[in-house]
Amino acid sequence: MKYSEKVMEHFRNPRNVGEIENPDGIGHVGNPVCGDIMELYIKVENNIIVDAKFKTFGCGAAIATSSMVTELVKGKSIDEALAISNKAVAEALGGLPPIKMHCSVLAEDALKSAIDDYLKKQG
Amino acid sequence: MRKVYLDHNATTPTHPEVVKAMLPYYGKIYGNPSSIHQFGQEARKAIDEAREKVADFIGAIQEEIIFTSGGTEADNFAIKGIAYANEKKGKHIITSSIEHHAVLNPCKYLEKQGFQVTYLPVDKYGLVDPDEVEKAITKETILITIMHANNEIGTIEPIAEIGKIAKEKGICLHTDAVQTVGKIPVNVNKLNIDSLSLSAHKIYGPKGIGGLYVHKGIRIQPLIEGGHHEKNRRAGTENVPAIVGLGKAVEIAKTTLDKESIYLTNLRDGLCSGIGEKIDSVYLNGHPVKRLPNTLNMSFEFVEGESIILNLDMKGIAVSSGSACTSGSLEPSHVLKAMGVEPAIAQGSVRFSLGKDNTEEDIDYVLEVLPEIIVRLRAMSPLYRKQKG
Repeated sequence: MKYSEKVMEHFRNPRNVGEIENPDGIGHVGNPVCGDIMELYIKVENNIIVDAKFKTFGCGAAIATSSMVTELVKGKSIDEALAISNKAVAEALGGLPPIKMHCSVLAEDALKSAIDDYLKKQG
Repeated sequence: MRKVYLDHNATTPTHPEVVKAMLPYYGKIYGNPSSIHQFGQEARKAIDEAREKVADFIGAIQEEIIFTSGGTEADNFAIKGIAYANEKKGKHIITSSIEHHAVLNPCKYLEKQGFQVTYLPVDKYGLVDPDEVEKAITKETILITIMHANNEIGTIEPIAEIGKIAKEKGICLHTDAVQTVGKIPVNVNKLNIDSLSLSAHKIYGPKGIGGLYVHKGIRIQPLIEGGHHEKNRRAGTENVPAIVGLGKAVEIAKTTLDKESIYLTNLRDGLCSGIGEKIDSVYLNGHPVKRLPNTLNMSFEFVEGESIILNLDMKGIAVSSGSACTSGSLEPSHVLKAMGVEPAIAQGSVRFSLGKDNTEEDIDYVLEVLPEIIVRLRAMSPLYRKQKG
């Protein structure tokens, strides 16, 4: 198993680590038995995701996919963000080893869960 | 950048003296040991000498040593070979839940072939209870296979006691001693065992060579059939250079073992206490005392093992982990799970396995680099915040 340069770059310097105070949506996915827990925070203004941050307990791929998904959603509308698939996250990272694809699924799930939370709050 | 290798339970660097001993057998001395001419006889002599060294090292006699391609083959050979040779007496095998996969998977294979296997539990230190072994024995039991020391946590099992029980009941006892031969004293008679696996590359020997000790008179069916090599027990032209390398590795281990185990225990305990002083919420996995001198397995709460490994690797430090992410499965280490370690704690496990070339400076370097890594990863972890709040 070997990570791509892009994965390692995001692992070394993860973007958007942290929490957002009074976020408009929070996604919380994963469990320690499977190895990864992700928390994704989004700030939404006029239906546009203006900020995203994450906290992740997980492996190199989990941290890199968390970092990448926050990069991908910033500036996107809710609909555009919902269209981001796990494959898009993996591709943006130059691919993931097969046994690590579940990390990209988790990143997609975290994003969807954060958007769900936002939509619920909107009523 | 400084390079610090702390993954000796995975493999060790080949000792220069071992390489030197092997080289002639890749050159001038190329004969087939089965050949009757001088070319062959020279190679045969080298094998005999190596066999004598290995036998002497573990208190066995020459004919009880069979060379194999390594520890995995030795385990497969012992378990399948003894099971098949004795299946008319019964079809029950006892093992532990923390064995290496080279033992667990042959056992699972035999289950598919109609054998029954009992996987004994371990306590929180990873110890098998000899009483539990005794209780698990039935009239059908033909083989007990318990590892001498665990590769992940280093816990040393009470093999001599289990051997006493096995002897009384007339049941074969095999032990996977891949992590102990060359690291702690191993004597097949004192351990009361009938069969033992060993490997060269864990003790500064070459990869691709190991051995199986089988006590005289124990029935075992060959795994690999062909020519008459190894007294008809393991066919195939002998890997002469590697066998010579294994012989040299045990010859060196014989003279260095005592000193080295003290040296490594001190170095390791220094690493352990240093980590304990500099980082909070860390736990030792494995027995505090009944443990391999070179092995330290610790869990760093709130962070995941692979992230630690990758970060240490970026600083030139090589370690391994029992986290799910590094095991190629979605489950954390079966060893830590059997010990009852919580999944989140098991995910944060890191194994430091030291070797003869490690120095105080290496340990200082790890202690300088590691705390920053843990702080950084914890700052990123959703579990850490929750704990604090």
